Amino acid sequence: MNRSKPSKEMAAEKRVEVLLEVGCEEIPAGMLPKAEEDLRANLEKLLAAENLADGVTVEAFGAPRRLVAWVRGLREKQADVVHEVTGPPKSVAYDAVGEPTRAAQSFAEKQGLALKDLYIVTNPKGEYLAAKQVKRGRTAEQILAEMLPRVIHDLSWPRSMTWTGLDGARFIRPIRWIVAVVNGKALPFSFAGVTAGDLTRGHRFLGKGPVRVIDFRDFERKLEANGVIVRPAKRKEKISKELAAHAKRGAYRIHEDAELLNLVTYLNECPSVLEGDFDPSFLALPDEILITVMRGHQKYFAVEKRGGEVAPHFLAVINLLKDPKGLVRAGHERVLRARLSDAQFFWESDQKCRLADYLPKLERVTYESRLGSYRDKVERLRAMARWLAEQWFNSGLLQAHVAEADRAAELSKCDLATEMVREFTELQGIVGGLYARAQGEPDDVADAIYDHYRPVGLEDPIPRNLTGCAVALGDKFDSIVGCFAVGLLPTGSSDPYALRRAALGIVKIILERKLPVSLSLAVGAAAKALLTNAPKRGVTPLQEAQAVEFLLDRAKFVLRERERFSYDEVNAVFRAGVDDLVDAHKRLAALKAIRKSKNFEPLAVSFKRIRNILEKSNFKNEEALGIQPDLFESGVERELFTAVRAAASKVQAEKRAGKYQEALEVIAGLRKAVDSFFEEVMVMADKEAVRRNRLLLLSEILREFTTIADFSELGGEERK
Amino acid sequence: MLQQPYDVEVGAGTMHPETFLRVLGPAAYRVAYAQPSRRPADGRYGENPNRLYKHTQFQVILKPSPADVQDLYLESLGALGITLKEHDIRFEEDNWESPTLGAWGIGWQVLLDGLEITQFTYFQQSGGIDLDPISVELTYGLERICAFLQGVESVYDLRWSRDKTYGQIRLAEEQQFSEYGFNRSDAKAIRAEFELHEKQAKELLDGFASTEGNLATRYPLLPAYDHCLKCSNLFNLLDARGVISTTERAALMARVRAVACRTAAAYLQQIGGPTVRREVRG
Repeated sequence: MNRSKPSKEMAAEKRVEVLLEVGCEEIPAGMLPKAEEDLRANLEKLLAAENLADGVTVEAFGAPRRLVAWVRGLREKQADVVHEVTGPPKSVAYDAVGEPTRAAQSFAEKQGLALKDLYIVTNPKGEYLAAKQVKRGRTAEQILAEMLPRVIHDLSWPRSMTWTGLDGARFIRPIRWIVAVVNGKALPFSFAGVTAGDLTRGHRFLGKGPVRVIDFRDFERKLEANGVIVRPAKRKEKISKELAAHAKRGAYRIHEDAELLNLVTYLNECPSVLEGDFDPSFLALPDEILITVMRGHQKYFAVEKRGGEVAPHFLAVINLLKDPKGLVRAGHERVLRARLSDAQFFWESDQKCRLADYLPKLERVTYESRLGSYRDKVERLRAMARWLAEQWFNSGLLQAHVAEADRAAELSKCDLATEMVREFTELQGIVGGLYARAQGEPDDVADAIYDHYRPVGLEDPIPRNLTGCAVALGDKFDSIVGCFAVGLLPTGSSDPYALRRAALGIVKIILERKLPVSLSLAVGAAAKALLTNAPKRGVTPLQEAQAVEFLLDRAKFVLRERERFSYDEVNAVFRAGVDDLVDAHKRLAALKAIRKSKNFEPLAVSFKRIRNILEKSNFKNEEALGIQPDLFESGVERELFTAVRAAASKVQAEKRAGKYQEALEVIAGLRKAVDSFFEEVMVMADKEAVRRNRLLLLSEILREFTTIADFSELGGEERK
Repeated sequence: MLQQPYDVEVGAGTMHPETFLRVLGPAAYRVAYAQPSRRPADGRYGENPNRLYKHTQFQVILKPSPADVQDLYLESLGALGITLKEHDIRFEEDNWESPTLGAWGIGWQVLLDGLEITQFTYFQQSGGIDLDPISVELTYGLERICAFLQGVESVYDLRWSRDKTYGQIRLAEEQQFSEYGFNRSDAKAIRAEFELHEKQAKELLDGFASTEGNLATRYPLLPAYDHCLKCSNLFNLLDARGVISTTERAALMARVRAVACRTAAAYLQQIGGPTVRREVRG
């Protein structure tokens, strides 16, 4: 048995700092933030494994040509560790006259100690021979020389490469230099054929030759002098400031784009903002297209006039300090001009025919081989959109128009065959909406087409009109039901048809717009559309049930994560049965409100108890015998029965009126009767008939009062 | 080696056997050549200032990849007359892939003041075969670089010679081939040609499999590859004509890729065979 404890001689220990830089050919900007995080985490993890993490700060910084880590407060040396090693029992180690035996000698040899250095310890099993061993701590340098190559090696990338051959190292891009400095001294190790040292490199064009560095501060200062701002936060700040300065000077505002700002922060080592112009005649193109052209290909910030419309300027972030001759500006302007001409060419040539004329072309665009083409999908979508609009109209949503939903659905996918969407796929839907508007379709239809891919995430807005909601829901229901019908269920790692996103979209639209939609009926309608339109594929009841379950699962997620209901509240309501999400939301809100009242939690405990009793006694309420009041043996039993019957009719009335909170209050009012019952009555009575009668009463309580929420789910540990 | 363009229609310099086949196997090799490249779907009837049915690439292959290849590349821009310090030059992630050749690599597009002038790729696979050593491919877009150097807006305004512009030499070709590619090509005939070329390529590859010894070294695999290139170009024509669905598109690409991969595997076998393959004589 080995026991170990760090030795106490750690006084006056010296702390050192480490600089690590992995110098690379340009690392993709989008991968740098995660790489910084991984680098920091890897270092912390490996330092902890060496008992060196205590009191250490690790920071990591990424720039296109480098990944940098700065470790501070590292002990110069690991603490020595003293082990006590137990050997043979005393009775074996020494003979009758107290002389050491062969066993004692061999233990001493094995420990590399003399017999006199051994001693006897007493532990619960008796007396044993023991030895003290000191494991000398290694120096930080020794450990780092082994650890740093592993830290670099262990970084994970979405797609790595080799630059020498199959036996060579793998990394995101070729590694060309490594800086490793510990306490002012270069730490030599090798990785990927590169020997680490203390020489870094500056900006490709603004830097002057290799630069020797002694620590992080020195490194940061010298790199700045050589055209590289090491810290992303500082680069971002510089960009934001310069963007704001341009906006002020030009009296326009920046089209905010946090994602783009992040991207250019990691695309440039020495970012500067440059303003350029484009020919105002291009402003005839819709703003969406102008912005996408500027942002997508060129990574420019678009700027807007006060009214929000795009102004004929752009802001480019370049990897230089300045552009004194205006050469860079002229270059960027020329490139943008060509890109905008391209977009204009698409805009005009796409509209040589009408949007509806693209329908036949959709036959050649496959949606999924077993689910047919987009042309087929359009027909199913039309059926679904009409069905939804009709349902809504019949339930009193008078702004639901079947004809408009049908038209918008019919045209919704046409833009997939246009040149504009082939070039800018991220504009699908939007381009269709713009063309529809330009060609005189009603606003309602054009907006619906424009919005029907929405929402693309939890933060994205839902379609702005009801027609758009019908098309968006129809599209998503068709995708989910179709894919489930051909076995394309999303797995943990793969969801190629973005079904989770579709389901979230359905939930979000229904909840935000408070739409009356029965999930099971809608899934049924989508299944019918799949059967009656091409590819005329049947959906089994099991697959339909799976699709509904999938939607309910996403709904639970949204209600927890976005609507901030707790796990147990959501589980309680869903266990009571959910098909209409707006109704479920109402029930949840009522449950959340009533939970705070003092009667409620204890009642929930009683409900749990009731469920347990019924489950344990294997009680089945199959024979509809009915409760027999004459079998009650005590007053509390009778009182509970009366209270239950009275409450049940009230609860049903309140529920019918949609007054869930009032209904729950009635239920909460049962607490006293339930408590007294459990205090005084033994459910599992000896007499079979009495016992049955009591179980019947309990099962009636459960049945009557768990239709809004199953309270037995409440409380206790939160289940995920 | 300074090579000539390949004389079969190709979509990119990569398809030249001097790249597709030479990057296979262990032997070091360095080659450069210009390659007219046809991309029917990029035709714009000569109306777009820098999108063309046929453009010219300057292709460089460095095998194995030198450690200072980025510096060498930047020096080459300097040699073209670009003052690096005065321009915004950057390497932005762009991994190149040719699904019809079973080839892919990791790298960047090089942007000069926002203009894409070069595709810079560390080849990882060609013909479905993992490469060892790794070659670097530099593909310079000549029209764009020239337009930049001459300061013209449109490639058609490029000075080709003292008294002729690019437009005077090439505009008619762009107009006619765009018209042909988008509106007039005979899809049925093209499909039939595709079948014929695929058949010949397969027959040749089947034949190689049953050829042994000395005969194998002179076995015509290079013609099999020519047929594969023909298929690739015919596929591009069908695609531009808009007559293939996405599923069929994937299926046709897979057929071309299958031939390309078999050719690559056979070629490796041939050069690694018992007798050393004689280099080009003369």
